[in-house]
Amino acid sequence: MKRNLGNWFKSGTPWVWLNAAAVSASLIMVVGLLALIAVRGLAHFWPATVYEFEYLQTDGQHQRIIGEISDSEIVTRARIEASGSAEVPGDTPEVERLLIKTGNRDLVGLDFRWLLEPRVLERSMPTDVMAVERYEWGNFYGFLQRVKQEDQVVAEGEAAWQALQDRLARATELQHRIKDIEKGRIGSINYAMEQLRLDRRRLELEGRDTPENLAAIEAEQARLQADYEVLQRELGELYQQLRRDSFTATVMDGREVEVPLAKVVRAYRPNAMSTVDKFGFYFAKLWEFVSDEPREANTEGGIFPAIFGTVMMVMLMSVVVTPFGVVAAVYLREYAKQGPLTRTIRIAVNNLAGVPSIVYGVFGLGFFVYFLGGNIDDLFFPEAQPAPTFGTPGLFWAALTLALLTLPVVIVATEEGLSRIPSAIREGSLALGATKAETLWRTVLPMASPAMMTGLILAVARAAGEVAPLMLVGVVKLAPSLPVDGNPPFVHLERKFMHLGFHIYDVGFQSPNVEAARPLVYATALLLVLVIVVLNLAAIAIRNRLREQFKSFDQG
Amino acid sequence: MSDAPPSQPSVIERIPEATQRRRRAWRMFKDGLARYGVTVGGVGVIIAVVLIFFYLLYVVMPLLKPGSAEPVTDYALPGGGQTLHLAMEEQGEIAVRFTDEEVLFFRTRSGEPVSRHPLPLPAGVQVSIFAVGEPGSGVVAYGLSDGTALVVRHDYRITYPDDQRLITPELKFPLGTNPVKVAAEGETLQRLAVQVGEENSTLVGLTDQGQLQLARIRQEESFLGGETEIVRTHSQLPLTLSQPRYLLVNPTQRFLYAATRSGELARYDIRDPASPALLEQLSISEGGSELTSLELLAGGISLLAGYSDGGISQWFSVREENSDHERLQRIRGFDAYDSPITAIAPEHSRKGLLAVDAQGRLSIYHTTAHKQILSRQVIDGGLRKVAVSPRADYWLAEDTQQRLHFWKIDNEHPEISWSSLWGKVWYESYDEPAYIWQSSSASNDHEPKFSLTPLAFGTLKAAFYAMLIATPLAILGAIYTSYFMAPKMRGSIKPAIEIMEALPTVILGFLAGLWLAPYVETHLPGIFSLLIVMPFGVLLFAWLWHLLPWQLRTRVPDGWEAAMLIPVVLLIGWLSLSLSPLMEVWLFDGDMRLWLKQELGLDFDQRNSIVVGLAMGFAVIPTIFSIAEDAIFNVPKHLTSGSLALGATPWQTLTRVVLLTASPGIFSAVMIGMGRAVGETMIVLMATGNTPVMDMNIFQGMRTLAANIAVEMPESAVGSTHYRVLFLAALVLFMFTFVVNTLAEIVRQRLRRKYSSL
Repeated sequence: MKRNLGNWFKSGTPWVWLNAAAVSASLIMVVGLLALIAVRGLAHFWPATVYEFEYLQTDGQHQRIIGEISDSEIVTRARIEASGSAEVPGDTPEVERLLIKTGNRDLVGLDFRWLLEPRVLERSMPTDVMAVERYEWGNFYGFLQRVKQEDQVVAEGEAAWQALQDRLARATELQHRIKDIEKGRIGSINYAMEQLRLDRRRLELEGRDTPENLAAIEAEQARLQADYEVLQRELGELYQQLRRDSFTATVMDGREVEVPLAKVVRAYRPNAMSTVDKFGFYFAKLWEFVSDEPREANTEGGIFPAIFGTVMMVMLMSVVVTPFGVVAAVYLREYAKQGPLTRTIRIAVNNLAGVPSIVYGVFGLGFFVYFLGGNIDDLFFPEAQPAPTFGTPGLFWAALTLALLTLPVVIVATEEGLSRIPSAIREGSLALGATKAETLWRTVLPMASPAMMTGLILAVARAAGEVAPLMLVGVVKLAPSLPVDGNPPFVHLERKFMHLGFHIYDVGFQSPNVEAARPLVYATALLLVLVIVVLNLAAIAIRNRLREQFKSFDQG
Repeated sequence: MSDAPPSQPSVIERIPEATQRRRRAWRMFKDGLARYGVTVGGVGVIIAVVLIFFYLLYVVMPLLKPGSAEPVTDYALPGGGQTLHLAMEEQGEIAVRFTDEEVLFFRTRSGEPVSRHPLPLPAGVQVSIFAVGEPGSGVVAYGLSDGTALVVRHDYRITYPDDQRLITPELKFPLGTNPVKVAAEGETLQRLAVQVGEENSTLVGLTDQGQLQLARIRQEESFLGGETEIVRTHSQLPLTLSQPRYLLVNPTQRFLYAATRSGELARYDIRDPASPALLEQLSISEGGSELTSLELLAGGISLLAGYSDGGISQWFSVREENSDHERLQRIRGFDAYDSPITAIAPEHSRKGLLAVDAQGRLSIYHTTAHKQILSRQVIDGGLRKVAVSPRADYWLAEDTQQRLHFWKIDNEHPEISWSSLWGKVWYESYDEPAYIWQSSSASNDHEPKFSLTPLAFGTLKAAFYAMLIATPLAILGAIYTSYFMAPKMRGSIKPAIEIMEALPTVILGFLAGLWLAPYVETHLPGIFSLLIVMPFGVLLFAWLWHLLPWQLRTRVPDGWEAAMLIPVVLLIGWLSLSLSPLMEVWLFDGDMRLWLKQELGLDFDQRNSIVVGLAMGFAVIPTIFSIAEDAIFNVPKHLTSGSLALGATPWQTLTRVVLLTASPGIFSAVMIGMGRAVGETMIVLMATGNTPVMDMNIFQGMRTLAANIAVEMPESAVGSTHYRVLFLAALVLFMFTFVVNTLAEIVRQRLRRKYSSL
């Protein structure tokens, strides 16, 4: 046992340690990444403390800044000075700087700003500071002064807060009714109007545009128009009521600003909230996130349409990919003659899983959308021409493209399942007089079903996270309507849809205000990761159980 | 209908024979049906999968198809006189012939006249010369014997009475029906050049006195509205050539070219008509041959010169090295057919041209692709004039026997050739040949630049940096996991790696672009020190551990080193990154980006190759890891046992026995990882700046084939060259990954057979 460096190296132990370090590093990367997404994604909904800073500006003036701390980092003095901003007091080589979300984008232009920590003179947490989420212009921070009804002050001082909450509840209720009319009833009238236009065009194309037919359509149009006008009047009244209330508040530069309640989603005082309140708030926001529609160019609100679109697309894809994948696997394993050709096909199918997904997207766009879709339009939807119906990217083509993409996954998993079934079971069944089809249907396939399930789950997990091909064949940043709604035929396969993965790309990279959108992107990413991790864990669990089962077969 | 196999003989006996037979037939029928159904379905699925390849090929094929042309008809020249110019309208249905007496519109398929327009010439004035403006504008000018010029435009109105297309040709006079004065003293014009723009028009004439005179006409809306006012600037240009035969003004009316038959060419700057300047004079003659034709290529940047020996060359001005001075330079030439070029017709919106020669041959060329598209013997005799329709799908050629030849051209994608896709191309307005991808721009006269080389380079660059990160981590990790790790820990590592593989790349890309890229930018020294310090730190810890008393060391069983190292790796990582600002201050004067720029001359993009390497490396690690781990783990146990029994240490056994046996598997793991890195789209799309640069600099981004498809595909027009080139990029990706994966798969299968035989 000589502890000598040379011998130690000769024994190879250090290299083993280095190898171990590679595993540790990979593990840390995975866990770190998941933790990063989880922390940032979950923190998004927590009501952050709002600080009031006394800040020393470059010109020696003191400025009051109110906002949430959204990030902080340590940078070198040289970098700050190179970027041309203020000189830094003190002489440390490193400086901490804080990214403050000051909100009030409509008043100050920018809703984020960097503060140099050494220049912050004072930092406090006033309990009466109010944060307001708005439908436009992002958050508002300020101190509530008074609540007004049609320009008459109705509450002031401490009473104002309660009055604000009551009136906000009323405004929210009105907003719901307005949305119901606009989205639901007027939406379906518009849809019916469009259908009538298409009916009329179809009659013209088919030469059946007799006066009676046209009159029937016109009568229907008139009826819808009348309904529409009634709703429009109702809507006008609701908007009138909605505009009634407003509040005024002082913002950080001392100005008093009036905000109509029609523009307010919710108002809260984060510094005055107890932990219980904060949890309540947290779950309310979380619920809004998964159940509501996006606001403000997708940077606020919920992601329900994206969740819905993803689920819908994945379900459609599963319906297509399962039978085809299973049939192909059964053919390859049970019916095809096992020879060089089958082996080649098997390798080819295996390799398709490694073909870049964007290639499938290109194929989907060219073949499904332009070729198949274009022909379907010519044959079945001539009345809508030149506007394409199926000849444009949409849900159905996206599902088909992803089905093709995930086909190898299902085939490979099913084949593996089939190959694990001991041949004794097949032979036993055949020896009892069952035909091959009966053997397959009654013994082999049921035994292979967990493998199929694994394949399907893996396919779903892959499809849910795939974005590149979808960008070509059907996702959009903002779909005006869901693929399923109350208008017959209820499921609209030709519509474009929203998708969680694309939502991340779009909001994170195409949005005009990336900084404001960032927390939402983390939350969306967390949701997507959760879905995929759960699906994969399920697949792994099923696979392990399957292995145990067959182990007992072999032994028994 | 139950078809369960009966379990007791007595039951079967009780069933009547006929029913039994029927039931057996039914079962057999079902069996056959299943067989055929599954076979048809299975083969169908496989065909569908093969279809991907063939469909991509089907879309790409037209790019490779050579151009073709076939005669439609030929007929005697309609009308009399000498043809000065021929042109066609957009649809190729109606053509126009300019003679010195009249303008005659006729049907291209029959030669039947549609309308004739005599020239509104003042009494006693004859046509002395003729000039053609930019082909797309339809403007031509007649130079007259009294020193004036009549500017004429042929135009077409399309109406749809009774849903039938009706094209009505019209003759317009953009500068009025009165001829415009070009020669100041009223001398006869011998040569003329014309260009009519939105506001300005330029006419340049050579008088019979040998003077070069310029007239710039400016149409101004008068302030009181209504009438347009015509302001005329006139000047004389210095003429150093003797008897110039060709005069050309470019469409922006900035340059004037004058050339003699012997190939002497002068280039003037006429941007300011009051003070035109001679820029340069040079000879564009080749091997003593005479200049027989001179035209401007579409866009007006390049000159096309046709010679008496049948050659054609393209010239444009190029900035000289280290100066702002531009000189006309020969860019490329096309092979000769030994017979003088009699006329050149540039295509209207592409960089192609048609040329006819004195032996009746018509050839089509494309400049960017530097290739001859086709060449046809139209007639045994000479061809005098040629016109091409604006869509470049028909040509009309006039021979010396007063006959017109109308041909249809099929030439959809002339701009694609091997050299324009993969080679260096000298594009217009560039100083030297270069690899450029620039598929679209705002201007119509844009020369599309479809060089796939920078994209392929970017793809390989991204893959290279990703592999640089992923290969060591994945292979070392796989070695440890399969060979040294305790089985219990291995059981939980494998699912973790599988989860890593399943993470959507959009999430990795988003983190790389929004979190990692700014982080790397501010912690640049930390990232580098992390990569360097980490191995030494781990070795140091291992040495210290080795020095610990034996009782302590055995507390931790073998195979758990990785778990012990987690806090060590974390600590080293944390130290490197938190010391990063300090290191930056000590080593790089506080700003590493500035230091890189000043000391090494390296540009720094925030979204650069380091970020891509890290993010894509992360995505590729699990792929390589799981295949390599599989290969190493499945090395037959008796090999290792034998080696260990002979006294080799585990490490010796690993390097001399296990790795040697498993090396094909590790190779195939790396190949498959490479395939994945090459085709990855979202990460590179989000983590790089997507600029197609060819630069190996680690601090700059790139644009990959896959990201390029994702960015440009939705905007490309179906069936256009751009669309097909993007399909070609997809096909290249498909082929590359397919070949790489197949190779890897074959290697793996061989290995598996070898293991089972061992």
